[in-house]
Amino acid sequence: MTTAENPATATDTRTITLLVNGREVTRAVSTRTTLSDFLREDLDLVSVHLGCEHGVCGCCTVLFDGESVRACLMLAVQARGHEVETVESLSADQNDLHPIQQSFAEEQGLQCGFCTPAMVLRAKEILADGRERSDAEVRSDISGILCRCTGYQNIVNAVQNAGRKLSRGANGGAGTHDGVGTSAVDGAETEQATDIDRAPGFDGPAGTEQRG
Amino acid sequence: MTATQEPTAVTHGGTKPAYKYIGSDRKRVEDPRLLVGRGGYVADMKMQGLLHAAILRSPLPHARIASIDTSGAEAIPGVIAVLTGEDCKAHMNPCMNFGPSTISQYPIAVDKVRYVGECVAVVVAESRYVAEDGIEALEVEFDELPAVTNPHAALEPDAALLHDEHGSNLGYERTFEFGDITKALDDAHLVVSDTLHWGRSAGMPMETSGAIARPGTNGVLEVYCNSLNFSYLQFLVAGALRIPSNKLKMQPVAAGGSFGSKFTAHKVPTLAAFLALRTGRPVSYVEDRLDHLMNSDHHASDRYYEARMGFTEDGMITGLDVDVVDDYGAYLQFGVGTHGNALSQATGPYRFRDLRYKLRAALTNKCQQGAYRGFGSEVHNWVLERLVEQGAKKLGLAPEEIRRRNFIQPEEFPYKIPGGNVYDSGNYPEVLDRALSMIDVEHWRREKKRLREEEGRYIGLGIATTQERSVFSSTEFWFWFDEPAFPITSSPESATITIDPAGQFQLLLHCQAMWGNSPETVSTTVLAEEFGVEPESVNVSYADTSRALPGTGPGGSRYTVMVAGAVRGASRKLKKKLIDIAAHSLEVSADDLELVDGRVQVVGAPERSLGIPDLAASAYFFALNLPPGMESGLEEAYTYDHPYTTLPSADRSDLGVFYPIMGHACHIAVMEVDPDTGRCSFLDYVAVHDAGTVVNPKSLGGHVTGGSAQGLGTSLYEELAYDTEGQFNSATFLDYLVPSANEVPPFRIGHVETPSPYTEYGIKGGGEGGRMVTPSVVSAAVDDALAEYGMHVQELPVRPATIVETVQDAIDARQ
Repeated sequence: MTTAENPATATDTRTITLLVNGREVTRAVSTRTTLSDFLREDLDLVSVHLGCEHGVCGCCTVLFDGESVRACLMLAVQARGHEVETVESLSADQNDLHPIQQSFAEEQGLQCGFCTPAMVLRAKEILADGRERSDAEVRSDISGILCRCTGYQNIVNAVQNAGRKLSRGANGGAGTHDGVGTSAVDGAETEQATDIDRAPGFDGPAGTEQRG
Repeated sequence: MTATQEPTAVTHGGTKPAYKYIGSDRKRVEDPRLLVGRGGYVADMKMQGLLHAAILRSPLPHARIASIDTSGAEAIPGVIAVLTGEDCKAHMNPCMNFGPSTISQYPIAVDKVRYVGECVAVVVAESRYVAEDGIEALEVEFDELPAVTNPHAALEPDAALLHDEHGSNLGYERTFEFGDITKALDDAHLVVSDTLHWGRSAGMPMETSGAIARPGTNGVLEVYCNSLNFSYLQFLVAGALRIPSNKLKMQPVAAGGSFGSKFTAHKVPTLAAFLALRTGRPVSYVEDRLDHLMNSDHHASDRYYEARMGFTEDGMITGLDVDVVDDYGAYLQFGVGTHGNALSQATGPYRFRDLRYKLRAALTNKCQQGAYRGFGSEVHNWVLERLVEQGAKKLGLAPEEIRRRNFIQPEEFPYKIPGGNVYDSGNYPEVLDRALSMIDVEHWRREKKRLREEEGRYIGLGIATTQERSVFSSTEFWFWFDEPAFPITSSPESATITIDPAGQFQLLLHCQAMWGNSPETVSTTVLAEEFGVEPESVNVSYADTSRALPGTGPGGSRYTVMVAGAVRGASRKLKKKLIDIAAHSLEVSADDLELVDGRVQVVGAPERSLGIPDLAASAYFFALNLPPGMESGLEEAYTYDHPYTTLPSADRSDLGVFYPIMGHACHIAVMEVDPDTGRCSFLDYVAVHDAGTVVNPKSLGGHVTGGSAQGLGTSLYEELAYDTEGQFNSATFLDYLVPSANEVPPFRIGHVETPSPYTEYGIKGGGEGGRMVTPSVVSAAVDDALAEYGMHVQELPVRPATIVETVQDAIDARQ
């Protein structure tokens, strides 16, 4: 969708200032423009993908003051004075990926790429506490974002892999991304990448607690 | 060249050649751009003066359009045009159609609507917001007609007609019989029968279909779209638009998933093109989720079966008799190719020879039907495996044992099945053994008993297999008809390799752009294997139709096999040229040269060599260094035709070879079912696939898990539901339940490799197998878990309510 202004139907506009990927942005927007359309059309942040526009699929997930929200369910004007992060905030450079993005590449935690920015952002959010997560925990954490390609397993692996990278980085030297040492990233996890038969760890029926 | 007889088999048996790139887990070359959010999807494209379209969709299942008042919409500032079926009737031809000519369809309904969600009118405006304002302002009067929603009732003589010109709601009917099914069942020790319904679901990618059309220079209409099989079908879009095919340039755009939903999906680009032609402006039409759920281009199979299978006393299958009514919805746009798929592996991995397959395609007031991962063969496999499961139970055989007894044996290939298709190769016992080695089924059988007795839990074990036919031949779309209108026999794929003057590789593919599959990873892996350059260093692009070579695109698990053939063919030609240049420069015979790791060197004297950049420089800038008569430049193209297809016989007693590259899979699941709530969950899941030579195990594993997750959705959650009045009840993702990470279990994946004797490197297709077997496994496991209540899955999805009712009915019956 676009937000091209139309004087007769989009008469009500507001000027908003917000922080997007670390930069202050000021724009006039129609009050009915969704946050997702604003990010995509006005700011060219096309990583915010529109999968359903009714708040279920989660492909438009962004971090809003550090917490994941569905940008299709918010109006742009609601973001006034707040901070929004899209996947470009991790890295917008294909040749210099953030450790979380690298983990997704290593584990093939993506196929078509449409849910991927949302999954990466959600991974950043949940990994912020530095705690190791079980397979079932990660599944629950990412269950608000639908992926139709991967069957989720490689995404779970990618999130866990990223967690290990980040915690190693936090204990290591200075790095280019969020204090993560680049030395900890290079060549990581190659031994796992070849072991396709490894038991992924059934820690109970998916998404539920073991009965009995 | 397409083989019309059995091709000379290449021996891939024994030890597999040591490949440097093929067969190892490599990162996908598609991923870096996707990870930074630059997938280049159609909705991401911006264009000067771009208009946006929104669609008014029919609220009624069946009605004549009496009038459409467009004035209110046209009065809204920013609305540029409102188009209706009248515009289509006046200015275009019906859309491409692979069914009977008496059933035609336009991208906007003409005269009447035939399902809830069909396009009634389109508003084109300066923004999508304004276009949707315009939709709100349209006034439409309908004259309602009786809705036909039950496919069996649709075939009754008094049913309201969907298409007057067709004269009946029976879109198509045919019975194929191979062998003597009557005798096979009469002579059987045991005949099992079942009434089964496979419910309607769809590929449902996270990205919908979309297209942007722009009137370009020189009167050429440019269409950028994420659906359709480009060079294969572009001329049909041009035909619908009444423009010459060379005035329609279609550019493939990467898609956020398809799974069949974008396969041959022509109505979205055709509509965008029509809107651009009518307005003279660039127009974008991208479906929203409501559009996609209720209309999309197509939903998937919705089949009702009466099926029977015979067994000997020792469990050998004697024959299969299938009577299927397929609820095709309102149009028959792809004909009955989804049943051609079923016939390609109608007998599964089993040895029986007698088969009857009766098909009736019913027309109802629902969305039309088309492709979804498995393309109809997955439905047949579920029916087959349901009957095998029932036979095993009645004969007191374990599910693995009855399958083992019936398997075609490794030494029997190539194996011609009833109907005529050939299975190229396979080792079904090995796949089963591999699966059984990964999970202790006897342990789980004991656990099932223990957990029931000690903890009151209900555990079920499911074992099922599937064939995974790959690499379709186009004959499957027309052998249904005795006098087909367009009996094509081609389904090729092409590649163009260019080494630029600096020695860098460009690879041009002639198909749909990435659909979430890995076309760039696969093709660059093959190129790397041939030239010894790193896959990541190769630049991949996709030809638009103005320069595209023959290409059919992904679908029917064909692309990896076909593009590998195309890239290898082009590589051979280009390598020959490199060697000829080097031979001339080094003054040696070409026979004494070899290409090793990106250098052409003298056999036995590798110090005498020339690198690809040196040879490229000669090819582009030093004509006097070239052998006499050689053209300058370094570019070669190759079109790889289907490796093995034969014509059907005139009387259709033999359907020919049309899907011979045959994969196989075995899945074993341990499920827990809660009889009080109907909740189903997984305790373990093993999936073993044989897709021949594996190009990238990790990518193939991803397809297996992804396909299996979709299969779970089909089995337990997903349903495009219509009520008896024809109203559509699945118009949001709150109603249509795509499985989340909470519903999908971890899958443990194994690969067995039985190379195809007919394809380059022995590769077989592997994109669909997960979804082709999961429904059978889930059905078997749910039955097993609740066997004491007589659970018997006959309909997908298995709804929680069905489970609870079955249990309750059994309890009531005991009292």
